Amino acid sequence: MAADTPDLTVAEPLIQVEKFNYAYGDNQVLFDVDLNMRSEDVMALIGPSGCGKSTLLRSINRINDLVDSARVVSGKIKIDGVDLYAPDVDVISLRRNVGMVFQKYNPFPRSIFENAVYGLRVAGIKDRHDLEEAAERSLRSAALWDEVKDRLHEVATGLSGGQQQRLCIARAIALQPRILLMDEPCAALDPIATARIEELIHQLRGQYTFVIVTHNMEQAKRIADRTAFFYKGRLIEEDETMNIFNHPRDPQTEAYITGRLT
Amino acid sequence: MNPAPTNENPFAGDSSGIQQRETAARWGLRVGSYIVVIITLAIMLHIFVKGAPVVFQSKWPFVNTQFLTELPATLHVIEDQEGTRIETDVNGADAVKKKLGDNFRSEKTISYSGGGILGPIVGTALLVIVSVGVALFLGVACAIYLSEYAKHGKFLEMVRLAILNLAGVPSVVFGLFGLGAFVLTAPTFVDVPADRSVFSIPLGFTTLSFEGWDTCVLSGGFTLAFVILPVIITASEQCLQAVPQGFRETSMALGATRWQTIRYSVLPFATPGILTSSILGIARAAGETAPIMFTAALAFKDKLPWQKDLPPLPADASIFAHWEQSVSRFLGIFTESVQALPYHIYTLAAKIPQNEYAERAQYGSVFVFLVLVASLAASSVLLRKHLRAKYRW
Repeated sequence: MAADTPDLTVAEPLIQVEKFNYAYGDNQVLFDVDLNMRSEDVMALIGPSGCGKSTLLRSINRINDLVDSARVVSGKIKIDGVDLYAPDVDVISLRRNVGMVFQKYNPFPRSIFENAVYGLRVAGIKDRHDLEEAAERSLRSAALWDEVKDRLHEVATGLSGGQQQRLCIARAIALQPRILLMDEPCAALDPIATARIEELIHQLRGQYTFVIVTHNMEQAKRIADRTAFFYKGRLIEEDETMNIFNHPRDPQTEAYITGRLT
Repeated sequence: MNPAPTNENPFAGDSSGIQQRETAARWGLRVGSYIVVIITLAIMLHIFVKGAPVVFQSKWPFVNTQFLTELPATLHVIEDQEGTRIETDVNGADAVKKKLGDNFRSEKTISYSGGGILGPIVGTALLVIVSVGVALFLGVACAIYLSEYAKHGKFLEMVRLAILNLAGVPSVVFGLFGLGAFVLTAPTFVDVPADRSVFSIPLGFTTLSFEGWDTCVLSGGFTLAFVILPVIITASEQCLQAVPQGFRETSMALGATRWQTIRYSVLPFATPGILTSSILGIARAAGETAPIMFTAALAFKDKLPWQKDLPPLPADASIFAHWEQSVSRFLGIFTESVQALPYHIYTLAAKIPQNEYAERAQYGSVFVFLVLVASLAASSVLLRKHLRAKYRW
């Protein structure tokens, strides 16, 4: 599924955001964002509500195209050097390579199995055996297989919240994307379910490149290799997670992580 | 119980009349609601009391099967010297008169009031099938486009305005539109164009002639479809909007195209609501009189739409010929004019002299009509419940 990558020996970043300006109608929400994300890293995007971090995330798989008024003002987002907003980019194949998990766990009100293979089905895979294999593989990866293997054909909305969110992760990785975008994946979960998701991210680290939006700074500290802090549509600071939290260079970053900036 | 004589009580309320106004407002609103309920009950009770005796009877099978299985006919009422009245149809009248002999006093004929109402029931069913089919296809297509594809802007506002206006058009205007558009000018394939053809395009083996479909089920069904279209579009769009946006985003994020998303993750969850909206459409389409007056309905017809004289096939006719005749018989149903329940009621109530027999036929028809519409609605509600249970979020 993943596009073949010539060589990763060069420290070329996987995702490059270049002078990215983004707006909803006349309301600009991202200003000159420059950000590089390395392959197989876990990148956390933090910042107060409305700072544009979710918009940036949703621009990486172009799911924000669904919003009528959304538009790129200027700048580029590149994956492997390919500009995602170039006219010859097919959003469908882009989204197959860039999976996404949403804030509110929202499996379709269909069976667990149908949820797990949804992406493959719409990609035209019909063979029952292939689908079953893929479902098992992705559910195992999402650490859900043991809990649901006996009730694959029960409706997914009957699972607990944490299980539903792990099913959403399984559904996204069934397509074996290179990048997984997560928009506050634990915001609607209790602490135990949150811990399981974080554990899962640790297990999957290295197989996928994670970009995670989070409001929970402890979570960013626990899971992220690098952290980027956004404020009012601008990227304020981006560094190793430990540097951001221990030695922030920018006073705004410091104010935010110490809870004085909201 | 025992109010303090002092003015110490801080909760005593004041005398500014707020309490009285509150009470008056509550009772005013309550009385309004009671009036609505009473009127509804009065209508139902009236129809039931007058109509049920026509449809039901005290002897087995308790239902007046004649009323439901026969075509409308002229009723002959023959009175003898003692004043006893005998009801019969045109074929039985002579025999009765002969039997009575000198005992015969008078004979009255009442149009359309004898027999049953099978013709109008069948006609209304056909009109509803055609109109709801056409309106659901067009309406759901339009609603999907508006809700899922169209971008906010001038065009969308224009379409919405058009739908709103369509909903406000009086139904008799639809009737005239149907007469002009479907009865007189709709395109049809013919061998030789009629004189009234607006224009015709020769296609070699046949001719596409804009000469209309004549008064028939198809013309009436299409006209009714436009009457119920606004209801269906508006309701379908609301149902589509009610499907969580998250389903669309998730589906698209998993690499589905827009149509796949609609097909697998939006439409299935909107279908129960769309079906409910089509109930309203069915009830409306079945009940409209004006749109079918010029386009489909006849006051009287002594044949069902499929009772048509086709040339008999030769004994050695091939299976193919039989099949072809069956198909043309089936398609012929839709090119026949029909009787329809609302128009039949109108005819009975306004076009013939009123007497007890005409009234009996009227109320019987109205009763059957209400029962039919109510059972259609009930079956749609059941279907929706079944689908709701299947797809929940």
